Amino acid sequence: MPSFKRIAAILLRQYYLMRGSAARVVPLFAWVTVDIVLWGFITRYLNSVSHAGFNFVPALLGAVLLWDFLTRVMQGVTMAFFEDVWSRNFLNIFATPLSLHEYLIGLVSSSIATSAVGLVVMVVMATLAFGLSFFVYGLMFVPFILILFLSGIALGIFGCALVLRLGPAAEWFVWPIPALVSPFAGVFYPLSVLPAWMRAISWLLPPSYVFEGMRALVAHREFSDGLLALGGGLAVFYVLLAGWIFTRVYRHAVRTGLIARYSAETVN
Amino acid sequence: MSDPVLSVSDLSKRYGETPAVDGVSFTVARNEIVGLLGPNGAGKTTTINMILGVLAPSAGRILIDGVDVARRRREALARTNFAAVYAPLPGNLTVYQNLRIFGLIYAVPALRQRIEVLLDQFGLRELRNMKCGVLSSGEQTRVALAKAMLNRPHLLLLDEPTASLDPSVAQEIRALIQEFARREAGGVLWTSHNMYEVAEVCDRVLFLSRGRILLEGDPRSLPRQHGRRSLEELFIALAREPLAPRVAGHA
Repeated sequence: MPSFKRIAAILLRQYYLMRGSAARVVPLFAWVTVDIVLWGFITRYLNSVSHAGFNFVPALLGAVLLWDFLTRVMQGVTMAFFEDVWSRNFLNIFATPLSLHEYLIGLVSSSIATSAVGLVVMVVMATLAFGLSFFVYGLMFVPFILILFLSGIALGIFGCALVLRLGPAAEWFVWPIPALVSPFAGVFYPLSVLPAWMRAISWLLPPSYVFEGMRALVAHREFSDGLLALGGGLAVFYVLLAGWIFTRVYRHAVRTGLIARYSAETVN
Repeated sequence: MSDPVLSVSDLSKRYGETPAVDGVSFTVARNEIVGLLGPNGAGKTTTINMILGVLAPSAGRILIDGVDVARRRREALARTNFAAVYAPLPGNLTVYQNLRIFGLIYAVPALRQRIEVLLDQFGLRELRNMKCGVLSSGEQTRVALAKAMLNRPHLLLLDEPTASLDPSVAQEIRALIQEFARREAGGVLWTSHNMYEVAEVCDRVLFLSRGRILLEGDPRSLPRQHGRRSLEELFIALAREPLAPRVAGHA
Protein backbone atom coordinates (compact mmCIF):
# COMPACT_ATOMS: atom_id res chain seq x y z
CA MET A 1 0.00 0.00 0.00
CA PRO A 2 1.57 3.34 -0.99
CA SER A 3 2.31 5.66 1.92
CA PHE A 4 0.79 9.12 1.68
CA LYS A 5 3.68 10.57 3.69
CA ARG A 6 6.32 9.30 1.31
CA ILE A 7 4.39 10.54 -1.73
CA ALA A 8 3.93 13.88 0.03
CA ALA A 9 7.69 14.05 0.56
CA ILE A 10 8.30 14.02 -3.21
CA LEU A 11 5.58 16.62 -3.70
CA LEU A 12 6.92 18.76 -0.86
CA ARG A 13 10.40 18.68 -2.36
CA GLN A 14 9.00 20.13 -5.60
CA TYR A 15 7.10 22.78 -3.65
CA TYR A 16 10.25 23.82 -1.78
CA LEU A 17 12.20 24.02 -5.03
CA MET A 18 9.48 26.09 -6.73
CA ARG A 19 9.08 28.39 -3.77
CA GLY A 20 12.71 29.25 -3.76
CA SER A 21 13.28 29.67 -7.48
CA ALA A 22 11.71 32.05 -9.99
CA ALA A 23 13.53 30.10 -12.71
CA ARG A 24 11.31 27.12 -11.90
CA VAL A 25 8.05 29.04 -11.44
CA VAL A 26 8.11 31.38 -14.46
CA PRO A 27 8.25 28.58 -17.09
CA LEU A 28 5.04 27.13 -15.63
CA PHE A 29 3.07 29.92 -17.28
CA ALA A 30 5.49 31.91 -19.45
CA TRP A 31 5.74 29.55 -22.43
CA VAL A 32 2.06 28.66 -22.47
CA THR A 33 1.27 32.39 -22.43
CA VAL A 34 3.57 32.96 -25.39
CA ASP A 35 1.95 30.07 -27.26
CA ILE A 36 -1.60 31.27 -26.61
CA VAL A 37 -0.75 34.85 -27.65
CA LEU A 38 1.04 33.70 -30.81
CA TRP A 39 -1.62 31.24 -31.91
CA GLY A 40 -4.40 33.53 -30.76
CA PHE A 41 -3.29 36.16 -33.27
CA ILE A 42 -2.66 33.58 -35.96
CA THR A 43 -6.21 32.24 -35.61
CA ARG A 44 -7.60 35.81 -35.56
CA TYR A 45 -5.75 36.52 -38.80
CA LEU A 46 -6.92 33.25 -40.40
CA ASN A 47 -10.52 34.06 -39.45
CA SER A 48 -10.19 37.47 -41.11
CA VAL A 49 -8.88 36.14 -44.43
CA SER A 50 -10.98 32.95 -44.58
CA HIS A 51 -14.17 33.09 -46.61
CA ALA A 52 -15.41 29.68 -45.63
CA GLY A 53 -16.97 30.94 -42.42
CA PHE A 54 -14.88 28.42 -40.51
CA ASN A 55 -13.94 29.47 -36.99
CA PHE A 56 -10.24 28.74 -36.44
CA VAL A 57 -10.28 29.70 -32.78
CA PRO A 58 -11.68 26.49 -31.30
CA ALA A 59 -9.93 24.32 -33.94
CA LEU A 60 -6.42 25.79 -33.87
CA LEU A 61 -6.20 27.69 -30.60
CA GLY A 62 -8.02 24.88 -28.83
CA ALA A 63 -5.58 22.40 -30.33
CA VAL A 64 -2.60 24.47 -29.16
CA LEU A 65 -4.05 24.66 -25.68
CA LEU A 66 -4.68 20.93 -25.45
CA TRP A 67 -1.31 20.02 -26.92
CA ASP A 68 0.50 22.41 -24.59
CA PHE A 69 -1.32 20.79 -21.71
CA LEU A 70 -0.02 17.35 -22.69
CA THR A 71 3.50 18.76 -23.02
CA ARG A 72 3.30 20.42 -19.58
CA VAL A 73 2.09 17.20 -17.98
CA MET A 74 5.00 15.28 -19.49
CA GLN A 75 7.49 17.93 -18.46
CA GLY A 76 5.98 18.05 -14.98
CA VAL A 77 6.95 14.41 -14.50
CA THR A 78 10.37 14.64 -16.13
CA MET A 79 11.34 17.91 -14.41
CA ALA A 80 10.57 16.43 -10.99
CA PHE A 81 12.71 13.42 -11.92
CA PHE A 82 15.52 15.59 -13.29
CA GLU A 83 15.76 17.34 -9.93
CA ASP A 84 17.08 14.03 -8.57
CA VAL A 85 19.37 13.63 -11.59
CA TRP A 86 20.80 17.13 -11.30
CA SER A 87 21.27 16.97 -7.54
CA ARG A 88 22.77 13.46 -7.75
CA ASN A 89 20.17 12.31 -5.28
CA PHE A 90 19.36 8.78 -6.45
CA LEU A 91 21.34 7.04 -3.74
CA ASN A 92 19.70 9.14 -1.02
CA ILE A 93 16.24 8.57 -2.49
CA PHE A 94 16.40 4.90 -3.37
CA ALA A 95 18.28 3.70 -0.29
CA THR A 96 15.17 4.48 1.76
CA PRO A 97 11.85 2.74 2.39
CA LEU A 98 10.39 4.76 -0.53
CA SER A 99 8.99 2.31 -3.06
CA LEU A 100 9.21 2.79 -6.80
CA HIS A 101 5.42 3.18 -7.00
CA GLU A 102 5.44 5.88 -4.35
CA TYR A 103 8.23 7.66 -6.17
CA LEU A 104 6.35 7.57 -9.48
CA ILE A 105 3.08 8.64 -7.85
CA GLY A 106 5.01 11.52 -6.26
CA LEU A 107 6.34 12.59 -9.67
CA VAL A 108 2.85 12.37 -11.18
CA SER A 109 1.30 14.33 -8.28
CA SER A 110 3.90 17.01 -8.79
CA SER A 111 3.02 17.09 -12.48
CA ILE A 112 -0.69 17.44 -11.70
CA ALA A 113 0.07 20.53 -9.63
CA THR A 114 2.40 22.19 -12.15
CA SER A 115 0.38 21.35 -15.27
CA ALA A 116 -2.84 22.59 -13.60
CA VAL A 117 -1.20 26.01 -13.26
CA GLY A 118 -0.38 26.03 -16.97
CA LEU A 119 -3.87 24.84 -17.92
CA VAL A 120 -5.61 27.52 -15.87
CA VAL A 121 -3.39 30.25 -17.34
CA MET A 122 -4.04 28.99 -20.89
CA VAL A 123 -7.81 28.67 -20.42
CA VAL A 124 -8.11 32.14 -18.90
CA MET A 125 -5.99 33.77 -21.59
CA ALA A 126 -7.60 31.95 -24.50
CA THR A 127 -11.08 32.76 -23.21
CA LEU A 128 -10.57 36.39 -22.24
CA ALA A 129 -8.17 37.52 -24.96
CA PHE A 130 -9.28 35.45 -27.94
CA GLY A 131 -12.84 34.39 -27.15
CA LEU A 132 -12.22 30.64 -27.08
CA SER A 133 -15.45 29.17 -25.77
CA PHE A 134 -15.20 25.80 -24.11
CA PHE A 135 -18.93 25.32 -24.62
CA VAL A 136 -18.00 24.25 -28.16
CA TYR A 137 -16.42 21.11 -26.70
CA GLY A 138 -19.14 20.62 -24.11
CA LEU A 139 -18.66 17.78 -21.68
CA MET A 140 -16.23 16.14 -24.08
CA PHE A 141 -13.61 18.55 -22.77
CA VAL A 142 -13.32 16.36 -19.67
CA PRO A 143 -12.37 13.11 -21.45
CA PHE A 144 -10.13 15.12 -23.82
CA ILE A 145 -8.18 16.50 -20.89
CA LEU A 146 -8.12 13.15 -19.14
CA ILE A 147 -6.74 11.31 -22.18
CA LEU A 148 -4.10 13.97 -22.79
CA PHE A 149 -3.18 13.93 -19.11
CA LEU A 150 -2.65 10.17 -19.14
CA SER A 151 -0.68 10.42 -22.39
CA GLY A 152 1.54 13.11 -20.87
CA ILE A 153 2.11 10.93 -17.79
CA ALA A 154 3.03 7.95 -19.99
CA LEU A 155 5.49 10.01 -22.06
CA GLY A 156 6.93 11.55 -18.88
CA ILE A 157 7.55 8.22 -17.19
CA PHE A 158 9.00 6.83 -20.41
CA GLY A 159 11.34 9.86 -20.59
CA CYS A 160 12.45 9.23 -16.99
CA ALA A 161 13.19 5.59 -17.82
CA LEU A 162 15.24 6.71 -20.80
CA VAL A 163 17.39 9.01 -18.67
CA LEU A 164 17.74 6.45 -15.88
CA ARG A 165 18.94 3.88 -18.41
CA LEU A 166 21.18 6.07 -20.57
CA GLY A 167 22.43 8.65 -18.11
CA PRO A 168 21.98 12.39 -17.50
CA ALA A 169 23.03 13.36 -21.04
CA ALA A 170 19.99 11.50 -22.39
CA GLU A 171 17.74 14.29 -21.16
CA TRP A 172 18.25 15.79 -24.61
CA PHE A 173 16.35 12.82 -26.02
CA VAL A 174 13.45 13.65 -23.73
CA TRP A 175 12.77 17.29 -24.56
CA PRO A 176 11.90 16.67 -28.26
CA ILE A 177 9.50 13.77 -27.58
CA PRO A 178 6.31 15.91 -27.89
CA ALA A 179 7.62 17.43 -31.12
CA LEU A 180 8.26 13.95 -32.50
CA VAL A 181 4.78 12.75 -31.55
CA SER A 182 2.83 15.81 -32.73
CA PRO A 183 2.93 15.17 -36.52
CA PHE A 184 1.38 11.74 -35.91
CA ALA A 185 -1.16 13.00 -33.38
CA GLY A 186 -2.83 15.30 -35.94
CA VAL A 187 -2.81 18.26 -33.61
CA PHE A 188 -3.45 20.84 -36.34
CA TYR A 189 -4.83 18.75 -39.22
CA PRO A 190 -7.14 15.80 -39.74
CA LEU A 191 -5.52 12.39 -39.89
CA SER A 192 -7.03 11.93 -43.35
CA VAL A 193 -4.33 14.19 -44.82
CA LEU A 194 -1.59 11.85 -43.63
CA PRO A 195 -0.17 9.03 -45.74
CA ALA A 196 -1.42 5.57 -44.82
CA TRP A 197 1.70 4.52 -42.91
CA MET A 198 1.59 7.66 -40.74
CA ARG A 199 -2.15 7.22 -40.19
CA ALA A 200 -1.54 3.68 -38.97
CA ILE A 201 0.83 5.05 -36.32
CA SER A 202 -1.59 7.85 -35.48
CA TRP A 203 -4.33 5.44 -34.46
CA LEU A 204 -1.95 3.96 -31.92
CA LEU A 205 -1.59 7.35 -30.23
CA PRO A 206 -4.32 8.38 -27.76
CA PRO A 207 -3.99 12.15 -28.52
CA SER A 208 -5.03 11.46 -32.14
CA TYR A 209 -8.48 10.46 -30.89
CA VAL A 210 -8.74 13.68 -28.90
CA PHE A 211 -7.82 15.97 -31.79
CA GLU A 212 -10.02 14.11 -34.25
CA GLY A 213 -12.86 14.37 -31.75
CA MET A 214 -12.19 18.05 -31.17
CA ARG A 215 -12.31 18.84 -34.89
CA ALA A 216 -15.52 16.81 -35.30
CA LEU A 217 -17.18 18.78 -32.51
CA VAL A 218 -16.10 22.12 -33.98
CA ALA A 219 -17.43 21.11 -37.41
CA HIS A 220 -20.67 19.81 -35.80
CA ARG A 221 -19.94 16.31 -37.02
CA GLU A 222 -20.53 13.09 -35.13
CA PHE A 223 -17.61 11.54 -33.30
CA SER A 224 -18.00 8.06 -31.93
CA ASP A 225 -17.84 7.74 -28.15
CA GLY A 226 -16.41 4.32 -28.80
CA LEU A 227 -13.38 5.84 -30.54
CA LEU A 228 -12.82 8.17 -27.63
CA ALA A 229 -13.09 5.24 -25.23
CA LEU A 230 -10.51 3.44 -27.35
CA GLY A 231 -8.23 6.47 -27.03
CA GLY A 232 -8.78 6.40 -23.26
CA GLY A 233 -8.04 2.68 -23.10
CA LEU A 234 -4.86 3.17 -25.09
CA ALA A 235 -3.80 6.00 -22.75
CA VAL A 236 -4.29 3.78 -19.69
CA PHE A 237 -2.36 1.01 -21.44
CA TYR A 238 0.56 3.36 -22.19
CA VAL A 239 0.70 4.56 -18.58
CA LEU A 240 0.93 0.95 -17.42
CA LEU A 241 3.48 0.18 -20.13
CA ALA A 242 5.62 3.19 -19.18
CA GLY A 243 5.44 2.18 -15.50
CA TRP A 244 6.50 -1.34 -16.45
CA ILE A 245 9.41 -0.04 -18.55
CA PHE A 246 10.55 2.24 -15.72
CA THR A 247 10.40 -0.67 -13.26
CA ARG A 248 12.44 -2.86 -15.62
CA VAL A 249 15.03 -0.12 -16.10
CA TYR A 250 15.21 0.46 -12.34
CA ARG A 251 15.74 -3.26 -11.70
CA HIS A 252 18.44 -3.30 -14.33
CA ALA A 253 20.03 -0.30 -12.61
CA VAL A 254 19.96 -2.11 -9.25
CA ARG A 255 21.42 -5.26 -10.81
CA THR A 256 24.26 -3.44 -12.55
CA GLY A 257 25.01 -0.89 -9.84
CA LEU A 258 23.81 2.02 -11.98
CA ILE A 259 21.79 3.58 -9.13
CA ALA A 260 24.84 3.78 -6.90
CA ARG A 261 27.12 4.97 -9.72
CA TYR A 262 24.59 7.51 -10.97
CA SER A 263 25.39 9.58 -7.90
CA ALA A 264 28.94 9.85 -9.06
CA GLU A 265 27.83 10.84 -12.58
CA THR A 266 29.75 7.99 -14.10
CA VAL A 267 26.94 6.59 -16.20
CA ASN A 268 27.94 5.93 -19.76
CA MET B 1 24.16 -11.92 23.23
CA SER B 2 21.15 -10.41 21.43
CA ASP B 3 20.44 -11.04 17.77
CA PRO B 4 22.73 -9.07 15.48
CA VAL B 5 21.32 -5.92 13.95
CA LEU B 6 23.04 -6.83 10.69
CA SER B 7 23.74 -10.31 9.47
CA VAL B 8 25.48 -10.81 6.13
CA SER B 9 25.91 -14.37 4.85
CA ASP B 10 27.93 -15.52 1.85
CA LEU B 11 27.40 -12.22 0.09
CA SER B 12 28.79 -11.99 -3.42
CA LYS B 13 28.63 -9.55 -6.29
CA ARG B 14 30.10 -10.36 -9.67
CA TYR B 15 30.33 -8.16 -12.70
CA GLY B 16 30.63 -10.72 -15.46
CA GLU B 17 33.58 -12.88 -14.44
CA THR B 18 35.00 -10.28 -12.06
CA PRO B 19 34.08 -10.68 -8.40
CA ALA B 20 33.64 -7.35 -6.58
CA VAL B 21 32.54 -9.05 -3.35
CA ASP B 22 33.23 -12.74 -2.92
CA GLY B 23 31.40 -14.77 -0.28
CA VAL B 24 31.55 -12.27 2.56
CA SER B 25 29.92 -13.10 5.92
CA PHE B 26 29.84 -10.96 9.04
CA THR B 27 27.53 -9.54 11.67
CA VAL B 28 27.11 -6.24 13.51
CA ALA B 29 25.66 -6.39 17.02
CA ARG B 30 23.69 -3.71 18.83
CA ASN B 31 25.88 -1.02 20.41
CA GLU B 32 28.73 -2.21 18.24
CA ILE B 33 30.76 -0.14 15.79
CA VAL B 34 32.35 -2.33 13.14
CA GLY B 35 35.00 -0.94 10.82
CA LEU B 36 35.02 -2.16 7.23
CA LEU B 37 38.56 -1.58 6.03
CA GLY B 38 40.42 -2.23 2.86
CA PRO B 39 42.27 -0.63 -0.02
CA ASN B 40 40.46 1.14 -2.83
CA GLY B 41 38.42 -1.34 -4.85
CA ALA B 42 38.35 -3.88 -2.03
CA GLY B 43 34.54 -4.08 -2.12
CA LYS B 44 33.60 -1.88 0.85
CA THR B 45 31.22 0.45 -0.96
CA THR B 46 29.83 -2.43 -3.00
CA THR B 47 29.00 -4.22 0.25
CA ILE B 48 27.34 -1.12 1.68
CA ASN B 49 25.33 -0.56 -1.49
CA MET B 50 24.05 -4.14 -1.31
CA ILE B 51 23.02 -3.66 2.31
CA LEU B 52 21.21 -0.46 1.28
CA GLY B 53 19.28 -2.33 -1.42
CA VAL B 54 20.56 -0.20 -4.29
CA LEU B 55 22.73 -3.00 -5.66
CA ALA B 56 21.43 -6.53 -6.11
CA PRO B 57 23.78 -9.25 -4.79
CA SER B 58 24.74 -12.09 -7.11
CA ALA B 59 24.42 -14.43 -4.13
CA GLY B 60 24.02 -14.36 -0.39
CA ARG B 61 21.67 -12.96 2.17
CA ILE B 62 21.41 -9.73 4.15
CA LEU B 63 19.26 -9.50 7.27
CA ILE B 64 18.67 -6.20 9.06
CA ASP B 65 17.10 -6.85 12.45
CA GLY B 66 16.23 -10.28 11.12
CA VAL B 67 14.43 -8.77 8.10
CA ASP B 68 15.61 -9.94 4.68
CA VAL B 69 16.56 -6.93 2.50
CA ALA B 70 15.83 -8.84 -0.72
CA ARG B 71 12.34 -9.95 0.34
CA ARG B 72 11.14 -7.15 2.61
CA ARG B 73 13.17 -4.21 1.37
CA ARG B 74 10.94 -1.45 2.71
CA GLU B 75 10.74 -2.92 6.20
CA ALA B 76 14.48 -3.51 6.32
CA LEU B 77 15.41 -0.05 5.06
CA ALA B 78 13.00 1.63 7.49
CA ARG B 79 15.38 0.41 10.24
CA THR B 80 18.49 1.58 8.43
CA ASN B 81 20.05 4.86 7.42
CA PHE B 82 23.33 5.98 5.96
CA ALA B 83 25.69 8.83 5.28
CA ALA B 84 28.33 8.77 2.59
CA VAL B 85 30.77 11.37 1.46
CA TYR B 86 29.78 10.73 -2.18
CA ALA B 87 26.03 11.14 -1.55
CA PRO B 88 25.48 14.72 -0.38
CA LEU B 89 21.95 15.91 0.23
CA PRO B 90 20.44 18.14 -2.49
CA GLY B 91 22.28 21.44 -2.38
CA ASN B 92 19.29 23.44 -3.62
CA LEU B 93 17.28 22.70 -0.48
CA THR B 94 17.87 24.11 2.99
CA VAL B 95 19.00 22.01 5.93
CA TYR B 96 15.50 22.04 7.41
CA GLN B 97 13.83 21.21 4.09
CA ASN B 98 16.12 18.25 3.50
CA LEU B 99 15.51 16.91 6.99
CA ARG B 100 11.75 17.35 6.63
CA ILE B 101 11.63 15.56 3.28
CA PHE B 102 13.71 12.61 4.43
CA GLY B 103 11.80 12.55 7.71
CA LEU B 104 8.59 12.06 5.74
CA ILE B 105 10.18 9.37 3.59
CA TYR B 106 11.27 7.50 6.74
CA ALA B 107 7.82 8.19 8.30
CA VAL B 108 9.46 9.64 11.42
CA PRO B 109 6.87 10.22 14.17
CA ALA B 110 6.71 13.72 15.71
CA LEU B 111 8.98 14.88 12.91
CA ARG B 112 9.18 18.59 13.78
CA GLN B 113 10.38 17.84 17.29
CA ARG B 114 12.83 15.24 16.04
CA ILE B 115 14.32 17.75 13.60
CA GLU B 116 14.69 20.34 16.36
CA VAL B 117 16.54 17.82 18.52
CA LEU B 118 18.88 16.91 15.69
CA LEU B 119 19.52 20.54 14.77
CA ASP B 120 20.75 21.08 18.32
CA GLN B 121 22.60 17.78 18.56
CA PHE B 122 24.59 18.42 15.38
CA GLY B 123 25.06 22.16 15.89
CA LEU B 124 22.93 23.00 12.87
CA ARG B 125 20.48 25.46 14.37
CA GLU B 126 22.25 28.48 12.88
CA LEU B 127 22.34 26.78 9.48
CA ARG B 128 18.72 25.65 9.56
CA ASN B 129 17.57 27.90 6.70
CA MET B 130 20.74 27.77 4.64
CA LYS B 131 20.88 25.82 1.40
CA CYS B 132 23.04 22.72 1.78
CA GLY B 133 24.98 23.58 -1.36
CA VAL B 134 26.59 26.61 0.26
CA LEU B 135 27.69 24.81 3.42
CA SER B 136 31.28 23.77 4.08
CA SER B 137 32.26 20.09 3.84
CA GLY B 138 32.12 19.74 7.61
CA GLU B 139 28.69 21.33 7.81
CA GLN B 140 27.39 19.15 4.97
CA THR B 141 28.68 16.07 6.76
CA ARG B 142 26.86 17.13 9.93
CA VAL B 143 23.64 17.57 7.92
CA ALA B 144 24.12 14.16 6.30
CA LEU B 145 24.62 12.61 9.74
CA ALA B 146 21.56 14.39 11.13
CA LYS B 147 19.58 12.94 8.22
CA ALA B 148 21.10 9.53 8.95
CA MET B 149 19.87 9.73 12.55
CA LEU B 150 16.36 10.96 11.69
CA ASN B 151 14.62 7.60 11.98
CA ARG B 152 16.70 6.40 14.97
CA PRO B 153 18.10 3.62 12.78
CA HIS B 154 18.93 0.25 14.22
CA LEU B 155 21.70 0.03 11.66
CA LEU B 156 23.77 3.01 10.60
CA LEU B 157 26.00 2.72 7.55
CA LEU B 158 28.75 5.29 7.26
CA ASP B 159 30.96 5.36 4.20
CA GLU B 160 33.99 7.52 4.99
CA PRO B 161 31.90 10.02 6.94
CA THR B 162 34.89 12.08 8.06
CA ALA B 163 36.86 11.97 4.81
CA SER B 164 36.71 15.69 4.07
CA LEU B 165 36.72 17.02 7.61
CA ASP B 166 39.41 18.79 9.61
CA PRO B 167 40.63 16.85 12.68
CA SER B 168 38.60 18.92 15.13
CA VAL B 169 35.27 18.44 13.32
CA ALA B 170 36.12 14.79 12.64
CA GLN B 171 36.59 14.24 16.37
CA GLU B 172 33.20 15.80 17.10
CA ILE B 173 31.56 13.58 14.51
CA ARG B 174 33.24 10.47 15.95
CA ALA B 175 31.97 11.36 19.41
CA LEU B 176 28.43 11.81 18.11
CA ILE B 177 28.45 8.44 16.40
CA GLN B 178 29.89 6.70 19.44
CA GLU B 179 27.16 8.29 21.51
CA PHE B 180 24.58 7.07 19.01
CA ALA B 181 25.83 3.49 19.28
CA ARG B 182 25.83 3.70 23.08
CA ARG B 183 22.55 5.50 23.66
CA GLU B 184 20.30 4.44 20.79
CA ALA B 185 21.40 0.79 20.87
CA GLY B 186 22.21 0.95 17.20
CA GLY B 187 24.85 -0.94 15.30
CA VAL B 188 27.25 0.94 13.04
CA LEU B 189 29.14 -0.25 9.98
CA TRP B 190 31.88 2.26 9.27
CA THR B 191 34.31 2.47 6.39
CA SER B 192 37.34 4.67 6.64
CA HIS B 193 40.91 4.99 5.45
CA ASN B 194 41.89 6.76 8.63
CA MET B 195 43.37 4.01 10.81
CA TYR B 196 43.78 6.29 13.81
CA GLU B 197 40.06 6.98 13.66
CA VAL B 198 39.21 3.32 13.27
CA ALA B 199 41.34 2.32 16.23
CA GLU B 200 39.66 4.99 18.33
CA VAL B 201 36.07 4.33 17.35
CA CYS B 202 35.58 0.74 16.23
CA ASP B 203 34.95 -2.21 18.51
CA ARG B 204 35.87 -4.61 15.75
CA VAL B 205 37.33 -4.37 12.27
CA LEU B 206 37.02 -6.43 9.10
CA PHE B 207 39.82 -6.25 6.56
CA LEU B 208 38.52 -6.62 3.05
CA SER B 209 40.73 -7.21 0.04
CA ARG B 210 39.65 -8.16 -3.47
CA GLY B 211 36.14 -8.72 -2.22
CA ARG B 212 37.07 -11.14 0.59
CA ILE B 213 37.43 -10.73 4.33
CA LEU B 214 41.08 -11.41 5.20
CA LEU B 215 41.10 -10.57 8.84
CA GLU B 216 38.72 -9.78 11.64
CA GLY B 217 39.32 -8.64 15.19
CA ASP B 218 39.86 -5.93 17.77
CA PRO B 219 41.61 -2.97 16.13
CA ARG B 220 43.71 -2.41 19.27
CA SER B 221 45.10 -5.93 19.55
CA LEU B 222 45.23 -7.00 15.89
CA PRO B 223 48.46 -5.18 14.99
CA ARG B 224 50.37 -6.85 17.85
CA GLN B 225 49.00 -10.26 16.94
CA HIS B 226 50.48 -9.80 13.47
CA GLY B 227 53.77 -8.31 14.52
CA ARG B 228 52.94 -4.76 13.51
CA ARG B 229 53.19 -1.60 15.51
CA SER B 230 49.97 0.02 14.38
CA LEU B 231 46.76 -0.61 12.52
CA GLU B 232 48.02 1.53 9.69
CA GLU B 233 51.11 -0.64 9.32
CA LEU B 234 48.95 -3.74 9.34
CA PHE B 235 46.65 -2.16 6.75
CA ILE B 236 49.56 -1.43 4.44
CA ALA B 237 50.98 -4.92 4.86
CA LEU B 238 47.62 -6.53 4.12
CA ALA B 239 46.98 -4.28 1.14
CA ARG B 240 50.35 -5.27 -0.36
CA GLU B 241 50.57 -8.90 0.64
CA PRO B 242 47.10 -10.24 1.37
CA LEU B 243 46.91 -13.18 3.76
CA ALA B 244 44.70 -16.12 3.04
CA PRO B 245 41.13 -15.26 3.91
CA ARG B 246 40.43 -15.09 7.63
CA VAL B 247 43.58 -16.93 8.71
CA ALA B 248 44.39 -15.01 11.80
CA GLY B 249 43.06 -12.76 14.47
CA HIS B 250 39.55 -14.10 14.22
CA ALA B 251 37.59 -12.51 17.01
